[in-house]
Amino acid sequence: MDEHDDTLSLVLFSGTDDKLHATAVLVAGAAAMGRKVNLFLQYWGLDAFRADRITKDHGVSAEAGPEGAEIVARHAGQHWSEILVQAKDIGEVGIHACALSMEMFQITKDDLDPLVDDVEGVAAFMAEATGPMAFI
Amino acid sequence: MTQIQITRSIDAKGMPCPGPLMSLIGAIREGEVGDVLEVVSSDEGSRTDIPAWLAKAGHELVEVVEEPGFARFVVRKAR
Repeated sequence: MDEHDDTLSLVLFSGTDDKLHATAVLVAGAAAMGRKVNLFLQYWGLDAFRADRITKDHGVSAEAGPEGAEIVARHAGQHWSEILVQAKDIGEVGIHACALSMEMFQITKDDLDPLVDDVEGVAAFMAEATGPMAFI
Repeated sequence: MTQIQITRSIDAKGMPCPGPLMSLIGAIREGEVGDVLEVVSSDEGSRTDIPAWLAKAGHELVEVVEEPGFARFVVRKAR
């Protein structure tokens, strides 16, 4: 183990495509640089990972406005879910569904895309979240 | 003029960040030690990302050739 813990933990609350894409890019960069990543999905962030809607249009943040939404839509890049597949392929990336949000939406692990590794309570996530943490 | 024999060339032009780096990582993993890979990227992020990743992963940046609108990163798989 390194002398400092560079595990990166991200709490993804937001479920719009711009924030999901930005998150996927951060996860991929961290994974490429050999950092362990924990991604905890809550609320709309979790909703976006439902198997039946992961690649559907999740809109963009309110601050984008109509002009910003158009810029995001025009930017031909990979879908955020594909970037996460690559990130998991090259590094140690755990994607965890918040048990409370699962209960709120009344869904089970089977309703989620296979990108999601497991369902976790908040304390289990915190036990793993030993390095810096960001809330998106 | 370079004398280096390129084992594999990856055209990542038009691919946004972090696409070219991800393509390079995949190609390095598939390659053999001593292979020389070339990544052609128009992504501004590659200029910082590819050298940073190579330093971390322990591979060699042989050269960066600037061309109009893109750059060629020549990389040797070192381990």
